[in-house]
Amino acid sequence: MAAGVLETLAPEDAVLATYREHGHALLRGVAAGAILAEMYGHVEGCCRGRGGSMHLFDAATRFYGGNAIVAGGLPLAVGMALADKMSGRSRVTVCFFGEGAVAEGEFHESLNLAALWQLPVLFCCENNLYAMGTALGRSESQTDIALKAASYEIAAWAVDGMDVVAVEDAARHAVEAVRAGGGPHFLELRTYRFRAHSMFDPERYRDKAEVARWLERDPINLLRAAMEAAGQLTAQEWEQLQSDADAEVAAAVDFAEAGTPEPLEDLTRFVYSERAGNTGTGAGSGRSGP
Amino acid sequence: MKSSYREALRAGIRDAMLRDERVFLMGEDVGSYGGSFAVSLGLLEEFGPERIRDTPLSESGFVGAGIGAALAGMRPIVEIMTVNFSLLALDQIVNNAASLLHMSGGQFNVPIVIRMTTGAGRQLGAQHSHSLEGWFAHIPGLRILAPATLADARGMLWTALEDPDPVLIFEHGSLYNVTGELDDDAGPVDIDTAAIRRTGADITLITYGGTLPAVLDAAEQLAAEGIDAEVLDLRTLRPLDEAAILASVRRTHRAVVVDEGWRSGSISAEISARITENAFYDLDAPVGRVCSAEVPIPYAKHLELAALPSVDRIIAAARQAVSAGG
Repeated sequence: MAAGVLETLAPEDAVLATYREHGHALLRGVAAGAILAEMYGHVEGCCRGRGGSMHLFDAATRFYGGNAIVAGGLPLAVGMALADKMSGRSRVTVCFFGEGAVAEGEFHESLNLAALWQLPVLFCCENNLYAMGTALGRSESQTDIALKAASYEIAAWAVDGMDVVAVEDAARHAVEAVRAGGGPHFLELRTYRFRAHSMFDPERYRDKAEVARWLERDPINLLRAAMEAAGQLTAQEWEQLQSDADAEVAAAVDFAEAGTPEPLEDLTRFVYSERAGNTGTGAGSGRSGP
Repeated sequence: MKSSYREALRAGIRDAMLRDERVFLMGEDVGSYGGSFAVSLGLLEEFGPERIRDTPLSESGFVGAGIGAALAGMRPIVEIMTVNFSLLALDQIVNNAASLLHMSGGQFNVPIVIRMTTGAGRQLGAQHSHSLEGWFAHIPGLRILAPATLADARGMLWTALEDPDPVLIFEHGSLYNVTGELDDDAGPVDIDTAAIRRTGADITLITYGGTLPAVLDAAEQLAAEGIDAEVLDLRTLRPLDEAAILASVRRTHRAVVVDEGWRSGSISAEISARITENAFYDLDAPVGRVCSAEVPIPYAKHLELAALPSVDRIIAAARQAVSAGG
């Protein structure tokens, strides 16, 4: 889903995501080494080890997290889009969130504001059917999420989130419409989480058979099969892609492991901006670190 | 010139809107209604609905939108009708505004100003009357202001907008109609230091915001009975001007903290602790406190008044401190 959507953005656009944002950060252009170093808690991390796995940020690529409060990023996206509209900029803000966010008040408040003010924001709901262990049908009276979005007078439609090309096609239409001043748009990307929610999840809430059925629709395998069938990908190219990915991961691990911990004297930095004359915690605001 | 506290606030907003086109005001009924406490009356006509922006009743949504707009280069002033309503936006204020700079390793600061009414005394019942600024002062990443004077009502806003980080301004509801003289050239003021509003040698009365008038009144009455009280207006609750607090206490050797918040786990407790941590051997008496009774603020007038710090209670606490110890 991230691959399909982010492919359609320009560098000046902004991206917000959830705590499961590693792929989004990577695809947005944050270096794999900086992401992994962040997860190691090292200074070389994209947030100097202050954010961690769930809070990846990167000013250079306008990647605004990394928000671990479900639906907490939606109001921010609305505000960023508001700033763009008030400033006459044609940028697009894209906000990813899971279907669990639909139960939060901030989802509804944000969709209403975005529609009311006709803001240039694209909402992307990654509907993987489970909020941790709670199935959608056990938490929502209306499980058609695109329909909910449409009730706010937002152009919304559901897309097969396992089909990268379908996601990219839908996102391209939506992003173009948003950029052209068409107001907020909403994509419900229907997908599935193959792995456990976290290291502490025994997966008591779903059958292994269900997971196996969804694995048959693994989006990478589907895309590979389609490209091979169309003669767009050879076995040799596929192997090359895999070995490139392996090499990138290996280099990222090396980079992260060679990283350095931030000095303890700096513990209370970045609580307030550092500026000349500030008696707070240092001097010189702005982006720091790699 | 003659000004009310409300007019001083409005002059501050207007000044900021004129100085910087990135500044806009957003909140419930700030536009067509003129502000629920009439602070923004007339500004819609002058600046238009884009910059004097009415919002739905969506505190979390529009406070978060203010944070997002600040991230994207604007300088939003977000008005929340009362501190009680700000609880609906706590997620955005604490998890985002206060945390983003740190979580992002210094990359994303949030230059937002959030104004809200605080305090009791108007028979509005528990859900419009609490004093929770001390709570917010607990949060690293925020700056907490409590303008108690016309000059601060006029001048704190612009300085707050120039701050690269989130600033919350608490306006006590009982102050809006206070009227007095404001310098014709009144402008921005510092938001770092406490101010001595009355000098005295015998005891330091430490307060802020809505209780400053009662404390000054108490100090005058104490003077008549021979107790010379210094009145320290904190102005900024986070970061606390600890140096000013300690310097005054070291001169007077006695202190009473007056705070409309509840006593338990309060900003008054924090101030008392800092005095005992840093100036214990300068004290001639235990630090006293005058706070609100530990009840949700009641509606009935006599009960509400009984719950709040009063001139009489302040005088009694000062007398006790002066009569105690050496």
